[in-house]
Amino acid sequence: MSLVNFTTREITCKIVYYGPGRSGKTTNLHYVYGRVPESRRGRMVSLATQTDRTLFFDFLPIDLGQISGFATRFQLYTVPGQVYYNATRRLVLQGADGVVFVGDSQARQLDENVESLQNLQSNLLEHGVDVRTVPVVMQYNKQDLPRELILTPAELDDALNFRGVPSFPADALHGQGVFETLKAISELVLKRLAAGSTA
Amino acid sequence: MTSVLNPKFTFETFVVGAANRLAVTAGRTVAENPGSAYNPLFIYSGSGLGKTHLLMAIGHSAKALAPQLNIEYLTLDEYVEAFHAAIAAGQGDAFRRRFQNVDALLVDDVQFLTNRKEMQAELLRLTEALQQAGHQIVLTSDRPPAEIADLDERLISRFSGGLVVDIGVPDYETRVAILRRKAEERGARFQPGVLEAAAGVEFPNVRELMGALNRLVAYQAVNDTPINVEAARQVLGVADATAATAASSSAAVTGDEFSQFLTDVTVTVGRAVEAWRARVAEAVLRWEGEGYRTGRLEKLLDQDSPAAVDEAIAAYIGDVERLRALEAEVGELDPQAAGEKVFRDPERMAEAEAAAAKVRDGAAPPPAPSGAFPLDGYAAGASNDVALSAARAVIDAPGKKYNPLVLVGKSGLGKSHLLNAIGLELMKKKGAVVACLSTQGFVDELIAAIDGNRVDWWRARYRRATALLLDDIQLLAGKERTQEELFNIFNQFLDGDRQLVFTAPAHPNTLQGLEERIVSRLEGGLVAEIGNPDRELRRTALERILIQQKVSVEPALLDYLADRPADSVRSLTGLVLRVSEAAAAQDQPVTAGLAREILEGQPPAGARRTTGLRTSGLVVSSAGGVRSREKMVWDWPSAADRVIEDLR
Repeated sequence: MSLVNFTTREITCKIVYYGPGRSGKTTNLHYVYGRVPESRRGRMVSLATQTDRTLFFDFLPIDLGQISGFATRFQLYTVPGQVYYNATRRLVLQGADGVVFVGDSQARQLDENVESLQNLQSNLLEHGVDVRTVPVVMQYNKQDLPRELILTPAELDDALNFRGVPSFPADALHGQGVFETLKAISELVLKRLAAGSTA
Repeated sequence: MTSVLNPKFTFETFVVGAANRLAVTAGRTVAENPGSAYNPLFIYSGSGLGKTHLLMAIGHSAKALAPQLNIEYLTLDEYVEAFHAAIAAGQGDAFRRRFQNVDALLVDDVQFLTNRKEMQAELLRLTEALQQAGHQIVLTSDRPPAEIADLDERLISRFSGGLVVDIGVPDYETRVAILRRKAEERGARFQPGVLEAAAGVEFPNVRELMGALNRLVAYQAVNDTPINVEAARQVLGVADATAATAASSSAAVTGDEFSQFLTDVTVTVGRAVEAWRARVAEAVLRWEGEGYRTGRLEKLLDQDSPAAVDEAIAAYIGDVERLRALEAEVGELDPQAAGEKVFRDPERMAEAEAAAAKVRDGAAPPPAPSGAFPLDGYAAGASNDVALSAARAVIDAPGKKYNPLVLVGKSGLGKSHLLNAIGLELMKKKGAVVACLSTQGFVDELIAAIDGNRVDWWRARYRRATALLLDDIQLLAGKERTQEELFNIFNQFLDGDRQLVFTAPAHPNTLQGLEERIVSRLEGGLVAEIGNPDRELRRTALERILIQQKVSVEPALLDYLADRPADSVRSLTGLVLRVSEAAAAQDQPVTAGLAREILEGQPPAGARRTTGLRTSGLVVSSAGGVRSREKMVWDWPSAADRVIEDLR
């Protein structure tokens, strides 16, 4: 997927929110959706089950307008977190320019986080992409829960962030850390422009 | 009443981009063929996007192409005013006549027809009259006909009946182009990136864009230092793109987070896609569009901060210009070679130069006439009178009078001489490229070209010639491909009024093996016969031959030789040679007596040499002698080999 198209003067970034089920990926998107002016956002597409779990994926296009003469668009996707939707996850992951790994800060969810992270790596490999070459940031969500239930960002970094990518504590429900995460991943993705990943 | 066309508003000053290309093309077409292409032409666009400019450009262009045309430009208001004035003065009919006689009527701002029923009726009548008379109408408006309020249905259908085009808001590239051109017109120079920054602001129309440029020019004029990108942004009131966006999304609280994000992204993108990248990308886009390889520029984009970007672009453009020149040059010589990829790749300049040089070398002019046959060396007489005067006519007006000229006559009468003489005379004309060769040579060249797979080159070589002179056209017999090629060249030459001259031993229609189309074309010009030389001509020719042979010219000798039966100049030459050689062998001067002795008496031994086949005592006859190759020893082993063999 071409990130920067000099011919049509477009920058399109596909950013995928990845993570275990119920970690708050769709919540992230909802928050962003709520903050983007109406003129700038497309329709948020969300395919959810009856119990409000993401069935297929969420999709939120954001139009950032002309930046340096380039029509800049962000496409935010979430994957369904539940283990049995792996085919969908792989599909959504295809052509991603950047990945936000949304982890669940609850101590009892640590294994799910690890499992999902491994799943991300293997799915990327299926597309022939090395996880080390894709911009990834970590978000430790649900930091608003009682202290005794959750791990601190530092503990989570130790457990999950062995590659040392940027990580952000967040409370997606109330918007804390959402835009910080988005900003960080955008920067990583856009920096690859300068690195010359032009089509 | 009628406005004068603003001289600044021409097609040349109109910057064409994707948004207005259709309108400009339609405008040009209308200007070139008023009344016949799109009638009426209806142009609509928002304010300040160039309607009036385009309308006036049509007027200018039409006037320039056909100065006698009566062209009226006026705004609708002016039209209305004129109409009212005319009615008040009781001159309504004169007013109508005046407008019915214009060849092209250009009316600006017809949206003001709203609520003017009587004017609508008047305009309807006028458009009907003009259309019927085949006169052009061009209208502009700020909206399409159907959206002009209260417009008569019949007018809507009339307006829409021709071509309705709109002019859109210029895109980024066009905005940059407009700014550059306008800045250039004003003689203002800006730092790289400043105009791009101004173009980055999405002004709703060109007028506001001009306003922005004015501000930049004014700001730069009052400051000593040239304005830079940041200052330009400030001057234009867009400290950064986010300020504008934040203002637009004034949903105060909720907008903040997003606009903050947008700011960050803008900064990041700005860093990644700096102005120089935009410039490089622009160049890539442009030259790629023209079919050139842009690998070198694309490599620049891969770097973080390459030095001297503009120089690199300039160098690239220089190379491309050179390639263009080379291609144009090669195209003249060899159209096929011009299409080669090497002329589209500035990475391979050296190869392109080499290829061009090769073509240049290969494109040696076609064989020229031989200098040994000047026109004043040609003996004139009654027998070749027609041919000679035709030749002179051809030399005076090549391609005009007798084309083709076919010189017909038996061998040795001087056809080739005359042919070459015509060629030499034609060569003296300015810019003339005369191809003069024997038909055999022509055929051989074609075969070599086919063999070398460069028939196009060969063709181009002859097509460049201004005259083609072929000796002994009868040799074309049976050479189908050559006849085909000649036929094509023939037609081109005839079309271009370029001279063709041929020689043949007999009338073309009696020649065997020539295609009908060639024969008919040969007969279509002038067939001039050269007859057997009479005594007078023989005398003149002999005199020249004797002088050539450095034999003293005695009238008696001349008379004697001229009286000898000879049916061609070539046989006369033979006579003279026989006599002079014999004289040389006997060590005597050439005299009439000696000549008589040689030619009529027993020829001395020395003279026998000239008779041809007898070169030694042996007579090699193809009919007799050893018939079987097998019975001949063709290869004798070398003596040295045999000696060694024996010693062993």
